[in-house]
Amino acid sequence: MTEPLSAPHQASRLTAGYRPLPGVPDEMMDTSGALRPGWAPLVDHLSARGPEALAEDFGRGTQHLADAGVFFRNHGDASLAARDWPFSAVPVVLPEAEWQGLCEGLIQRADLLEAVVADLYGENRLIAEGHLPAALIAQNPEWLRPMVGVRPKSGNYLHFLAFEVGRGPDGRWWVMSDRTEGPSGAGFALENRVAATRVFPELFRNMPIRRLAGFFQGYRDALYGLRSDPNSRVGIFTPGPLTDTYFEQAYIARYLGLMLLEGEDLIVDQGQLKMRTIRGLEPVDVLWRRLDGLWADPLELREDSQLGTPGLMTMVRQGKVTMANALGVGVLETQALMAFLPKISRLLMGGPLKLPNVATWWCGQAAERAHVAAHSHKMMIGPALATRMPYETGAVHAIGGKMKGEAKGSLQDWLSANAAGLMGKELVTLSTTPAYSNGTLVPRPMTIRLFLARTPTGWLVMPGGFARIGASADASAIAMRKGGMVADVWVVGKEPDTGLSLLHRAQGPETRPPPEPLPARAADNLYWLGRYVERSEGLMRMVRAYQARLESSGSVPLLAVMQARLEAYGISVEEPLPKGLLATLASAVYCANQIRDRFSVDGYAALKDLEKSMQRISRTAQPGNDSALVMGVLLRKIAGFSGLVHENMYRAAGWQFLTIGRALERAAMTLECLIAMADPEAPEGSLEAAIEIGDSAMIHRRRHALLSTRETVIDLLALDEGNPRAVQFQLDLIQRRVAALTEMRVPGQMTEVGREALGLQTNLRLQTPASLDRAALEDLRRQVFSFADALNRTFIP
Amino acid sequence: MIYDITLRLSYHYDSPAMGGRHLVCIRPMDDGSDQRVIASLLEVEPRPDEELNWKDFFQNNMMEFNLHAPHEAVSVLLRARVERFPAAALPADGLLIGDLPAVLQRSRDIGPNAPLHFLSASFRVPQDAAMAQFAQALITADMSVQAAVLAVGSALYRHMRFDPKATTVDTPAGEAFRKRHGVCQDFSHIMIGCLRGVGIPAAYVSGFLRTEPPPGAARLEGADAMHAWVRAWCGPDLGWIEFDPTNDVLAGEDHVVVARGRDYSDVAPIKGMMRSSGRQKSRQAVDMIPVLD
Repeated sequence: MTEPLSAPHQASRLTAGYRPLPGVPDEMMDTSGALRPGWAPLVDHLSARGPEALAEDFGRGTQHLADAGVFFRNHGDASLAARDWPFSAVPVVLPEAEWQGLCEGLIQRADLLEAVVADLYGENRLIAEGHLPAALIAQNPEWLRPMVGVRPKSGNYLHFLAFEVGRGPDGRWWVMSDRTEGPSGAGFALENRVAATRVFPELFRNMPIRRLAGFFQGYRDALYGLRSDPNSRVGIFTPGPLTDTYFEQAYIARYLGLMLLEGEDLIVDQGQLKMRTIRGLEPVDVLWRRLDGLWADPLELREDSQLGTPGLMTMVRQGKVTMANALGVGVLETQALMAFLPKISRLLMGGPLKLPNVATWWCGQAAERAHVAAHSHKMMIGPALATRMPYETGAVHAIGGKMKGEAKGSLQDWLSANAAGLMGKELVTLSTTPAYSNGTLVPRPMTIRLFLARTPTGWLVMPGGFARIGASADASAIAMRKGGMVADVWVVGKEPDTGLSLLHRAQGPETRPPPEPLPARAADNLYWLGRYVERSEGLMRMVRAYQARLESSGSVPLLAVMQARLEAYGISVEEPLPKGLLATLASAVYCANQIRDRFSVDGYAALKDLEKSMQRISRTAQPGNDSALVMGVLLRKIAGFSGLVHENMYRAAGWQFLTIGRALERAAMTLECLIAMADPEAPEGSLEAAIEIGDSAMIHRRRHALLSTRETVIDLLALDEGNPRAVQFQLDLIQRRVAALTEMRVPGQMTEVGREALGLQTNLRLQTPASLDRAALEDLRRQVFSFADALNRTFIP
Repeated sequence: MIYDITLRLSYHYDSPAMGGRHLVCIRPMDDGSDQRVIASLLEVEPRPDEELNWKDFFQNNMMEFNLHAPHEAVSVLLRARVERFPAAALPADGLLIGDLPAVLQRSRDIGPNAPLHFLSASFRVPQDAAMAQFAQALITADMSVQAAVLAVGSALYRHMRFDPKATTVDTPAGEAFRKRHGVCQDFSHIMIGCLRGVGIPAAYVSGFLRTEPPPGAARLEGADAMHAWVRAWCGPDLGWIEFDPTNDVLAGEDHVVVARGRDYSDVAPIKGMMRSSGRQKSRQAVDMIPVLD
């Protein structure tokens, strides 16, 4: 950019009608109508593009987010419905100097919070000397008693923090909330950034916008630096796919190359924390914790937790694992704590807060209660010990003097009856930032979430953040809870950022790192994903064969045989698009969802797309030929998924499990089909139906013209090692994949599962079409499942 | 009085349980005021691969063990000799219940015995309006805290029916209260809920109750398994008192304390038993014999 950042700026078409709201500071424009520093290149660019081009630009960002599978779930939304990511393409611009000021304030606050939490679990001076009321801690569910007296292994409780900040009417920044307990949003900030680079590629080339990669790189290095065993792993400790920010956790895990670990993946063994992998137990000594502390260990914390790991608290107590952040730091999110931090800052940091927090009063103190009661019209009053805003949790609260939630009686009665449990917070108004709406820019209130990571050289602040933009012009912070958008935050310096993106990092000659161990649970999910996808496909072929015969030539005995086969899989032949088929595919999607961190975005999208099509079609499909045609469409879609996986998935252990799952399911289904339909007693037309279900009509016709016999069918669908539909082909595949897996585990040795696979493959190879009678087929089928058990025993303990 | 106590917890599984990690809280507490532990021994069978002993936040004796190999049965055996001191008589008056909130408000103590830990809802004793109302109806402003505690405890004893078949270890306290029945665990949780409901700090005590009644006295309920009762804080002078609502008596020479916590969840005798793999049978056997001297 040749233009200086502070150059006076001509009002452009887009900003001509833009006016800050009365009494509300605006990020882009000052009261005189002049652009603030840093905004001019963006505004010029937007004006120059014009509405059509902008629609196209913004579309690229939205498309990227949709393709990446970013979705949004409203906090406290019981429906769990995922909405499209509400991306507002116009970023919030922060001049570097302004951002520096925020950094200073937030770093001081991070150090203050570290000192407070260290005191609450250690010396306890704050309470003993009366700087903090004992009730706020002793009755606080986030104050975890097992952590009292435990020093974190790393020496620090806090490693990764988020702060929600907003700008008040006087132009100063305020801290609105402290997020210490597995704060979310950094991954979303990264996704917003990627989307923004798609929308504004020229600006990212030419404007000195600070890059985010260095922040993540720095934190990843810091996490690795916390290990005491160079062979141990660093994981993200996740509550699993049911949590509303699981997508983000999987995204960060993929981006930083960290293991995504659930409580079930971890085990305390021989005085060490380990992860279950397909190679056995491997040490883990650093966890980036996204699971709430209360759920971390069912033995010493919440006894009903199924998300934690038994004995984890002992590992913490013994200094065997570093948690980033330490268990128990959730106590710092307590709403009422902000009432005491300004004074505690003077005490512990030797000076006032550089960045004030929203004025807060704890109603457990008489004078403070009286103040809140007298000023309730200017306050939000809610539970003192909550870590979320009451309007997020549904708790009874009052805003601007009006009771909300299931409240009975007057505000004053409520306040005096529950005083010690309540706090009041000043209602704040926010600054506005431009959002693009109907071809023009409009001012909308905003808050920014900023992120700090601890490194050996001090706190690193992400040069950017995650902005929330209000849905209406109402600038009261409280209005932000209704809908709204999210946006990227650009920290704009004077010099171009030379830091490289983590995605294209070049560091001399790269040596390929050794493959990381595959968690046993991930292996299990990939295996079942393979099985369910293959089962869905097999069922589609069977339904198609059945429905196609319904209207025309199908003999009643043959239809009965096929119906029995389908019903064995829970498929009703009455339904043109059977619910049982939808359920099978839903199981595949479920498995894929468990392993979002190691599954390609496109593959997942293809699977979801197939599921959506099926749900849509299920409303209109008719029995008979229509159903048969629909199955054809679905088969082509599922082939698309298989193609993506086959062409794109890296041939690591995970792929082997997916492949084995598919091959095993196909082998078993084909054997079952042959048992029922290639039986000498089977009704007329069964052999042709078996060939059709086995998708081998063309090759059969070429070899045997129109003459099908039991021998030709058995040969083609069981014994022919060149036919990818034949059992032998699948058993060969399984044997090779198992050999590769066991080689990883115990080089040069035959294992139980290896023997089973080889035995299975050899047994079939020794058969002839004549010897492979019903009993032999049934025997083989039993062997396939016996192999499946051995596979489980070996790799998925 | 000196007792020899034996407790055996045993678990049998239909199908062998894979390794597991367990937390045991059955070794009596040596609190230096109500009782003294002369000796205690804790043994696990089969022999654990790892075994750890420590004191939890409330100074209870915890033992964690780990079994790697698949096993069909686990048993934990405690043998202890404990001297229980007679309880001192309660003074007639004390802190008035109306003055309790202000006293608690001024407290700067969050140590293991601090009353503030025991004032709000806990995992097994959520806030319950019915319990609070029940207690409120028994209390007048001119009552001392200990009079209120005794009034609530005795009223519950009359209100509730002891029924070892009616509830399980996982029955919510609120349900047991509505149905007016249960065992010592239910009685204690309900009394805790009632006391906290009117602002009195109340804790859960697990322990043992003398098995053999003294000559001529009736046998007390709950003696064939571990017992539970309630601890309530009556102000800075009197401190904690312990009341057994299942038997309508103050805890005394017949009661030996194992552990104290906010509710059963803090002091469950054993946690982490396999719940998923097939059916399991569990048994608890207690013997508590006075030692003649």
